[in-house]
Amino acid sequence: MRAQATMESKSGTLISQDAPRRSFLSNFKRWEWMLVGLILLDVLLNTRLSPFFLDARNLSRTSSDFMEIGLMMLPMVFIIITGNIDLSIASNMGMSASFMGLLHNLGVNIWVAALAGLLLGTLGGFLNGVLVARVKLPALVVTLGTYAFYRGIAYGFLGDQAARGYPKAFTYFGQGKVFGTLIPFSVALFVILAIGFGLVLHRTTFGRYLFAIGNNENATLYSGVPVARIKFIIYTLSGFMAALAGLILAARFGSTRPDIGTGLELSVITAVVLGGVDINGGRGTMIGAVLSLLLIGLMRFGMGLLNIQGQVQGVVIGLLLILSILLHGIAGQVSSIRKTKLHWQSVLISTGLLAVFIAFFLFFFWSRAPVIAGG
Amino acid sequence: MTVQNPPALQTSVSRNGLLWTLVRFREAGISIFILILAVAVTVRAPSFLTLDNFKDILLNISILAIVALAQTMVILTHGIDLSVSSMIGLVAMMVGFVVKQNPEMPVFLAVALGMALGTVLGSFNGLIITLGKVPPIIATLGTLSIYRGLVFFYSQGTWINSFELPKNFKLLSKGTPLGLPNMVIIAILVAIIVYYFLNYTRTGRDIYAVGSNPEAAQFAGIRKDRITFLVYLISGLLCGLAAVLWASRFESAQTNTALGFELQTVAASVVGGVSISGGVGTVPGVLLGALLLGIIQNSLTLIRISPFWQLAAQGLLILIAVISDKWILNRVERTKP
Repeated sequence: MRAQATMESKSGTLISQDAPRRSFLSNFKRWEWMLVGLILLDVLLNTRLSPFFLDARNLSRTSSDFMEIGLMMLPMVFIIITGNIDLSIASNMGMSASFMGLLHNLGVNIWVAALAGLLLGTLGGFLNGVLVARVKLPALVVTLGTYAFYRGIAYGFLGDQAARGYPKAFTYFGQGKVFGTLIPFSVALFVILAIGFGLVLHRTTFGRYLFAIGNNENATLYSGVPVARIKFIIYTLSGFMAALAGLILAARFGSTRPDIGTGLELSVITAVVLGGVDINGGRGTMIGAVLSLLLIGLMRFGMGLLNIQGQVQGVVIGLLLILSILLHGIAGQVSSIRKTKLHWQSVLISTGLLAVFIAFFLFFFWSRAPVIAGG
Repeated sequence: MTVQNPPALQTSVSRNGLLWTLVRFREAGISIFILILAVAVTVRAPSFLTLDNFKDILLNISILAIVALAQTMVILTHGIDLSVSSMIGLVAMMVGFVVKQNPEMPVFLAVALGMALGTVLGSFNGLIITLGKVPPIIATLGTLSIYRGLVFFYSQGTWINSFELPKNFKLLSKGTPLGLPNMVIIAILVAIIVYYFLNYTRTGRDIYAVGSNPEAAQFAGIRKDRITFLVYLISGLLCGLAAVLWASRFESAQTNTALGFELQTVAASVVGGVSISGGVGTVPGVLLGALLLGIIQNSLTLIRISPFWQLAAQGLLILIAVISDKWILNRVERTKP
């Protein structure tokens, strides 16, 4: 970490390393400030574009739409900081929620069913942990396998059925508001957990170990850190949080289908990476991830108010993801770019590619014209 | 210790020998697994071992094999292309609309158009990754949602139906002028070309070099960025081909065409012995991996496992394949002198 901090100070930023206990704001690096700026810009734009944007009731309703992503994002920050990944979370969430739904359909008490769902999800995370930490398989391969496996189990449980008719006391977790306010229960839960996860990451030895593993796993292992056990813990935790998110999503919908939450793993990873967490591990902050979730949520809400389809919104989020990394990379390399000579070959290739991309989009719109006209 | 105890040495060498064969000829391991599975399924459902069923399996895995080969080339350089499914979706939709508007268009032109469009999309991935220095998993995760979003934007939620596509176009994948369905023949041709490219051309060997040791490759004068750009471009090209075949085989182009397909292609490569950390993997291995996935899917239907449990069984078998592979490797490491 220290080496990394010095590297950053070499590239121009001054970080006071000697401060014994850093304040909350000192965790804000360039990246976090940029996210804050983007959030402000987004709010400003959207309030001009739609009068319904700054409506407390609307904001309260839309905020609960992103809490499942948020809950799964918290352990994902841990996992990505150690340089690993978990692609199975959304499937795990489907498996746990479907198990709960199945038990509920069989007449089991809803709280027992929910507990069983949580246990199954934790078990799913535990299995990932065993395969990554003990069998030492690559995390990408393991969680790709369990991605199919867990989703398959979810389909096995419920088939083409849906579980519905949850009691009011249970749906409160997804739809209810904290007593007397407009704040949804899930948002309150997320905020408390986010603070907890943030403290663990930035204020405990365990958190430092996570960064250490991400920076140099072998060196960390030889320093006597129980690397396998730590991986084990974070994957199990990820399974538990996925199950929790699954229950809250089921409570919010008031029903469970086996395809619940399909594809959310990509949204979670997008939020984490946009939050400035290095996909190769070793760097990142919890605040950054939370800010990026806020940004994505506000952007999607704003675009929704402007009647932009959910899938088309994906274009903007995807572009934002790539641009964020591009800017991240360019910011660190400005000096090296200035040094490299522009070779006429690369200029030629770049111009050629640019022409090809422009041609592609001309064709894209040209061939699309009859689609619009024909309806 | 082995010197003091010659009999132990003897047994360890012979065991070593078998395990080494399994590792060195990775294909042997999968072949054995496929054989065991085939025998087990035939006992339960004799119709498995018929020519028709075999043809059916081949037809089902042709597209998977083509895209898995593209995915393999990318993984060989220690990258990953998650956007393959969205590229297929976008190209299938665009070609579908063009063919719908111009039913008289020769089929080969549609194929060429698909490959050209795919190449553009693939080279966009390559550009972000090489010039922008964005990690492949992030870049293609981004284009996964960008290209999929463009499909929706392009079609405005409409789709291409079977009756809107000309007959010739539909026959492109299913016609059997050469005994086998065209699609299978195209897949075999692609496999041969990729095999030749990876094993007997300089660029092909460079792909392995970049993946197994990027720094050494750089010192050996290999232009890493160029190779990286190339594999994403090829991935796009083959996805374009796969997209046309997809639209032809399923006689439609929908907004959710090939959704989730990227994980199947990675699974086929990994089960086929391609190392996710790059530099290791063969074309026959990947073809066997795709075949294994196809046989699993086919046999689960034949032995009447509820379709709802099939995905779980598929996932479990992938996990078993990967774990047993790792187990064999560990045993070899331990018995190594």
